[in-house]
Amino acid sequence: MSRRPTARRRAARTGQYLALLGYLVFLAFPLLWLVSTAFKPPRELASLHPGWIPDHPTLGNFRQAFEEQPLLRSAGNSLIASLAAAVITVVIATPMAYVMARHHRSRLSRAATGWIVVSQAFPFVLVIIPLFLVLKEVRLIDSLAGLIMVYVVWSLPFALWMLAGYARAVPRELEEAAAVDGAGRLRALVSVTVPLLTPGIVATALFAFITAWNEFFFALVLLKSPRKQTMPIILTHFIGTEGVADLGPLAAASLLATLPSLVLFAIIQRRITSGTLAGAVKH
Amino acid sequence: MIPATADPARSDPGSADDPGSAKGPGGRVARRQGPAPGAWFLVLPALIPILLLSVGPLLYGIALAFTDSQAGRTDPTRWIGLLNFQDLLRDTLFWESFRIGLVWAVAVSVPQFLLALGLALLLHQELRFRWLSRALAIVPWAMPEVVVGIMWRLVYHPDAGVLNETLGTHRDWLGSLSTALPAVVVVGIWARLPQVTVTLLAGLSQVPRELHEAAAMDGAGAWRRFRAVTWPAIRPIALAISALSFIWNVNSFALVYVLTGGGPGGRTRLPMLFAYEEAFRYGQFGYAAAMGCVLVAVVSILLAVHLVARLKGDDDA
Repeated sequence: MSRRPTARRRAARTGQYLALLGYLVFLAFPLLWLVSTAFKPPRELASLHPGWIPDHPTLGNFRQAFEEQPLLRSAGNSLIASLAAAVITVVIATPMAYVMARHHRSRLSRAATGWIVVSQAFPFVLVIIPLFLVLKEVRLIDSLAGLIMVYVVWSLPFALWMLAGYARAVPRELEEAAAVDGAGRLRALVSVTVPLLTPGIVATALFAFITAWNEFFFALVLLKSPRKQTMPIILTHFIGTEGVADLGPLAAASLLATLPSLVLFAIIQRRITSGTLAGAVKH
Repeated sequence: MIPATADPARSDPGSADDPGSAKGPGGRVARRQGPAPGAWFLVLPALIPILLLSVGPLLYGIALAFTDSQAGRTDPTRWIGLLNFQDLLRDTLFWESFRIGLVWAVAVSVPQFLLALGLALLLHQELRFRWLSRALAIVPWAMPEVVVGIMWRLVYHPDAGVLNETLGTHRDWLGSLSTALPAVVVVGIWARLPQVTVTLLAGLSQVPRELHEAAAMDGAGAWRRFRAVTWPAIRPIALAISALSFIWNVNSFALVYVLTGGGPGGRTRLPMLFAYEEAFRYGQFGYAAAMGCVLVAVVSILLAVHLVARLKGDDDA
């Protein structure tokens, strides 16, 4: 009797490792193929039996990518839009999130929470048409400034949610103690609360940066002239109207566009999960 | 990307002492209900953009659905009542797109959730190489959607793609009527599988281990333990993430736009792609806004059903 459970447990273990392997393969194989394509010379790309590992790896695709499309300029545009969106988002979201955390039963906080939830269900098309018409009216169409405004509002729900979660974790007593010591309420806020919130603010800013860096739909609608377009839009220009693409440069440019998001996301990933949960656990 | 609106507080005794509670000891009951007058200065910098660029456009968008607004018109836009909606009812292309959108959203969200739940339970165990899955999970999550689309175009490529090479086939996966939708569904599952998995895993890590051990001592099998201990504990998070994932998929755009552009023959034309074309290729702003309204209505109804189910479940518990 005692041997059967062990055999069964071993079989279960094997099954678990097979499932894990399946997951890893499913996750990894498109990524590896992208990397492999980016380093393949044209002759291997045209081969009838493409292999996983390039026989003659080359950086030529990267050089060609920069020659074919204005990659550098689009990266610059993306950088400006994402940095501005990230900074503005946390600057305006932190005070409001603080108020939401401290007065979480007020009508304002309830309305804001309601908006955060509802804003997740917006079909973008219902928001982008009026935004397009309004921004056109004030001549902010086809401009990074207009795009940045849209990005800020677009990352506000998540920023407010995360920051309010962090702000609730700052003990009110600390501020009150500072206030008793003679610092004004605002002084107490700036010198006690903000430093404690800094890690949360940085994580939120990085997240807003990544969101803006990766964004496609708003940029597609709002930016028309090629010299203003952001990187995701320029990537689609590698694909011709007939759907035919120069695969090597396309893969190379895609890898480059992914790197910033990947590095930043690796830094904040744990915080995103814990921030989401912190927001979820405490109402 | 988006907060989970779950409320696991019920299962977490530690969260009972909410520091922001107005009912705390020491006579704090008298604390004002609304923010102090000074608080408005803290709120306005965020509130104004929200009103001007989110709430305003949303209301404007709903209003547009009842007008004949078009791009490049010289005569003024007029109210036309429900005409756009009547046209929508008769527009077979729209209903086809709507049907594809629902099929896509269900075919992505449901298998994705089940896979993620299984994977979360798996990764909750002490397994070697578990770290590898954590590291890899970051990549699809962080990747721009456009790059996910491009990457899978390379995988599905009829000549240079790894899929045909591996299977020994010569299919045009994204270009043929029968395989296009299943092919993009697989990409949809891939794109958010790690995110859903990690969220559920975070929920699992909050389940007290003692409960499991106690249930095991009582002789409960794996399935009983899951039903009686694990599922009730992660249910709020599971419902929240599955609802969000469904909404994200209904509103999906960039992935399929890059993969197929809605083709072949409209087989992957999701509602968002349809509305985008109507609005920004044909300039039919009013008509596209009406489509947006229909989508909002459907998502809201589904969410309401979801919410009612959730509340009912809480009563049972």
